[in-house]
Parts: sequence; structure tokens; C-alpha cells
Amino acid sequence: MTLIELNMLMPEIILLSMASLILIIDAFLPDDLRDLTYQLSQGTLIGVGLVIFSTYPQQTELALHGMFVTDPMGATLKLFIVGIVFFTFLYSRSYLKERNFFKGEYFTLGLFATLGMLIMVSAHNMLVIYLGLELLSLSLYAMVAMHRDSQSATEAAMKYFVLGAIASGILLYGMSMLYGMTGTLDLNELSQSLSTLDEYHTALVFGLVFIVVGLAFKLGAVPFHMWVPDVYQGSPTSVTLFISSAPKLAAFAMVMRLLVDGMGHLHSDWQDMLILLSILSMAIGNIVAISQTNIKRMLAYSTISHVGFLLLGILTADKAGYAASMFYVVSYALMTLGGFGMILLLSRAGFEAENISDYKGLNERNSWFAFIMLILMLSMMGVPPMLGFWAKFSVVMQLINSGMLWLAIVAVLFAVIGAFYYLRIIWMMYFEKPEETAPIEDTMDMRVAVSANGLLVLGLGLMPHTLMTICLSAFSLV
Amino acid sequence: MIKFTFYFFSIILIFAAMRLITVRNPVHAALFLVLSFFSSASIWLLLHAEFLAIALILVYVGAVMVLFLFVVMMLDINVTMIRDGFARYMPVATLVGVVILVEMGLVIFSHLPEVQPVVMAADVSNTKMLGQVLYTIYVYPFEIAAVILLVAMVAAIALTHIPRTRMKYQTPSHQVNVRRQDRVRLVKMPTEPKD
Repeated sequence: MTLIELNMLMPEIILLSMASLILIIDAFLPDDLRDLTYQLSQGTLIGVGLVIFSTYPQQTELALHGMFVTDPMGATLKLFIVGIVFFTFLYSRSYLKERNFFKGEYFTLGLFATLGMLIMVSAHNMLVIYLGLELLSLSLYAMVAMHRDSQSATEAAMKYFVLGAIASGILLYGMSMLYGMTGTLDLNELSQSLSTLDEYHTALVFGLVFIVVGLAFKLGAVPFHMWVPDVYQGSPTSVTLFISSAPKLAAFAMVMRLLVDGMGHLHSDWQDMLILLSILSMAIGNIVAISQTNIKRMLAYSTISHVGFLLLGILTADKAGYAASMFYVVSYALMTLGGFGMILLLSRAGFEAENISDYKGLNERNSWFAFIMLILMLSMMGVPPMLGFWAKFSVVMQLINSGMLWLAIVAVLFAVIGAFYYLRIIWMMYFEKPEETAPIEDTMDMRVAVSANGLLVLGLGLMPHTLMTICLSAFSLV
Repeated sequence: MIKFTFYFFSIILIFAAMRLITVRNPVHAALFLVLSFFSSASIWLLLHAEFLAIALILVYVGAVMVLFLFVVMMLDINVTMIRDGFARYMPVATLVGVVILVEMGLVIFSHLPEVQPVVMAADVSNTKMLGQVLYTIYVYPFEIAAVILLVAMVAAIALTHIPRTRMKYQTPSHQVNVRRQDRVRLVKMPTEPKD
């Protein structure tokens, strides 16, 4: 291990050291100084973000015997992950405080989960990918279960844990099968030896199927989506926010590393599997979301449909398609962050704004936040010129470019079906009488953050080329 | 000689495994599990996998099974309740057993091409080899595994720890010094009219 290699690992090293330090400090803090844990965690995230930015790599470099990789795509995703976790902590703070749930473990486990995501993003070895995924998942299971007195949170944690363990097992099974065929865990060596093993094609595809199933479980694509609605609804909203945003970026990176970097040679096989997953996800996600009355559950089904769209870009199996998918996943994370942030803002101690009817007449209660929610809903729906529109547009364009016009038409049709349930919320906010009249009370930083989040979605929608350039340059297309 | 050793330990292993699921006493079952671990460790030794064999004995027999035995001895397990479902699950279990037997038979009697084992030189120690790569080539996954264990510990404490303020405990001096008026309150109530 040379000093240069250590330098490449600097973000992870800083994050791990700070997380451990915060863990120790937190154990000795009296309860009224608990805010220090929060501030230290946020400071760590800012520091890690700055380090990632200052060591932004120009080309792909390997370290630690090929187990660690830095490339523009990884660094960009890491920056977004760190930023989104920062916003997640910001949104969670007052929610946790109001519910006497403001514990240091929430933030330390969150930091460890972030470390797991960073490891996944820059993993270049199947063993490391798996370990990073487990680090992320284990932290998330504990965060879901941390609200011990809540029966629904315990139930959600149990479901998440059992299904997550099955998914990890399936993924591991696929990896072990590929290891058995090729004798290597390194992704470069894997992709080289795959091209020489054409006579064992069936056996390789057998391993590939397990890996795709494992990835679909983690992404929450139909038919492996059963855990998503229950976990989203049952978890405390701040944890739902955490699960639904940043880990999707890490899951995207995992798909890219495994399927594209490692098994690019088998792309004609995984293309068909992803087409199936994507159509089913868009169909089930958009149609089932219509009948939901709980907004967390509705957003869960909306996530499933977004995952379907996300897979569309990857399955074109070319660089422009990957860039479009990356654009989609970043936009999705920003929108979902705003959506759940809004739920957190409207909730207060003893009241969760999680039913769709709680949004009735929001415009009369507070027209500014109704406007922010309007932006977010329109963007998720995919109305021009919102960010969500450009995300859907770029993915669909890539589909047409690679000659899959029929799939593009299917995608647009499901997007139109999906518009209904977003429109329903907008209708309730603007054209119905409020049932709930209590004023919206929250801290100043929360209000500013949610507003900034909404305006960011609007601003990036008006100037989509800024984000698009970042995503294209991540795949060296600019 | 090697063949004899192999069959010797295999027979003990099969016997111990059978007894493990048939004995009535859970303590005996745990002891038979120890015996089966020990025999399989010996078979691994025959395969030159000495590190795995030693780890199995030290970790499983030495630590895990001893703890397990303690737990089994402490708990008063109702054996009849565990055996309750035996007759109910018998048909499914038989089916699964027969399928496994048929599968094994197919493999054994289908004359697959024989794979020759890779013969290692006598002085190659796989413990040494593992030690050489574990902290050099595999140091990164090794460290991540350590972080995962740390997270498991943090999570276990966060999920089960009850802070002192919420704990219910007795203070003997308070109990001794208690006065009558602290505990008993006399309430004057109007007498109920007779029906």
C-alpha cells in the first residue's frame, strides 16, 4: 500500500475515523449536548465532500491490488451521496427531537451506512461490493428498528432484515457461481475470462440470473419489490427518507460495476432480464400507486416505477444510456428527498402527515410550501420543464437511439398513467378544503432546506444541461 | 491407511449426526454435535485443509458449542413440545429425504469423469499462506469486515440498551425509611344508600 493509494482512499478513511470518534464522543455526552453529535456528523460529511471534490480523478485508477477504483463516475456519485445524506440529517433533526428519539446512534449508524455506500461505489472486486452492501444494509436494518416502542417500525425492520438477508444470499450465490466458473473475484479479470468462456454460456447465465435477482431485490424492482411499501410505511419517516434517497445511488453504482464493468460481455443476456424487470416495475408501480391512501406507501410505489425508468437507461448497454440513467437516479434522489422532507415538515409530535387527505387545502394553510410540493409532484410526474421531465426524456431518447422504440412507447404510456396519483395530491392541495387547520410549525433551518430543495429541483429543471454535463463527463462523453 | 482413517471418521460422523437428531436429551444432542464437528475436522485434515480443521475445533467446538451447552443446560426445554410436530411433518420430511437420496444416487452411479485432486507439496502450510495474503492483498475487505462487526455491535447496543434513567430498580434505604403517609391515603367517602 503506497501513499498515493492511501490518498485515493482518503474520503473513506476520514469518514471511518470520524464516525468512530463521534461514536466515542457521543457515549460521554449528556443528553442536553446531543446536538454536538449532529453538528460533528454534518461537519464530517462536509469535510468528506470537500476531500472527494479536491481529489476528483480524471481517469480510472485502481488501488489496493485492484480492489478499489476511482473514476469520474464514482467520484460524482460519491459527492451526490454525501450531499444527500447531509440533507437527510438536516431534515431528520427536528423530527427526531420532537419524538424523543434524538439519539447519537441514528447519526453514527447513518455515517457507517454512508461509508458502506462509498465502498460500494468504488468497489472493483465482488468481495468488496458484497461487504460494502452488507455494511450499508446492516446499518439500515438497525436504523429502521431503532424506534423500539413502535410496533410498525419493528415489523418493518423484521421484514426488511429477512428479505434483505435473502437478497444478499442470492447475490452471493450468483457471485460464487461466477467465481467457480472464472476463478476470480476481480471485475477486470472477470470480464476478461468471461470472453474466453463462450462454451460454458449456460452456466454463466445461470450465475448472472442470481446476480440480477439480487440487484433487483436491492433496487426494489418488480417482482422483487414486496419489501419496499411495507418498509417505507412502517419505518419512522426520517429513516424512510434515508433509505429511499442515497442508497439508490449506491445501488446504481453496484449495478454499473457488476453488470457493465464485470459482465459487459454478457450484455445481450442481462438486457432481456432488465427489460422484463423494467416493464413490470413501471406497470405495477404506477398502477398500484393509484389506489394508495398513505402518502409514504404511495411514494414507495412511485419509487418502484422510478426504478423501472432507471433500468431503461442501463439496458441500452451504451455509455450515453448509462449517463441518462445516472441523470435519472440523481434527479430521483433529489425529488424523493424533497417529497419526504415535506412529510417531515408537515408532521409534528403526535401527528404524522402520512395520509394523502392530510394534504387537503395545503394552499390555504401555507401557500409557499404548497408551491414547493407542487414543484416536486410535477417533477416526479415528468411535466416539462421540471427536472423529472428531463430525466424521463433523456432515458426515453436513449431507448429510441438504440432502436427500442416499442419500449420507449410503453415507458411513456406508464408515465402518463402514473401522472394520475401525483395530480390527485395537487388537486387536494389547491382545490379542497383543509381538514387539518393547525399551523405548520418547524425550525427555520428545516424550512430553508425544504425550500432550497424544491427550488433546486425547479432550477435544475430550467437548466438541465448543468446536471447533464456532469453525468456525461462521468462517462467521458463530453 | 488413509482410506481406513477416512472411513473410520466418516462412520463416526454419520453415527454422531444420526444420534444428534434422534436423542431425547438436548444436552446429549449438543455433545453429539461436538463429536460430529470433531470428526469432520479430522476429515478436513486428511484433505490438507489444516487451517479450516483447527478453526472448526477452536471456534465451534471450543467456543460456540460450549456456550451453546451452557444455554441448553440453563434453559428448561420442553422436549415433548418440540417433538409435537414430528408425525405432522413426517410425510414432507420423507419426501425431501427420498429426493436427496435419489439425487445422490444419480450422481454416484452416473460415472462422471473423475477429477484428480491437486496435490500440494508436504511443506506448504495453508495457515501460513492465508496469513500472508490476509493482511496484504485482502487488507481492504478485511478492514471492511471489521467495520461491519463494529456496526453489528453498535446496532445491538442501540436496540437493546435501556438508559439508567428508564431502568426500574429498588433503593433499599427508601424502602426502609418509608412512612405510613407516603403509601396509604385515607379517603372519606359517603356511605352508599341501601337498596
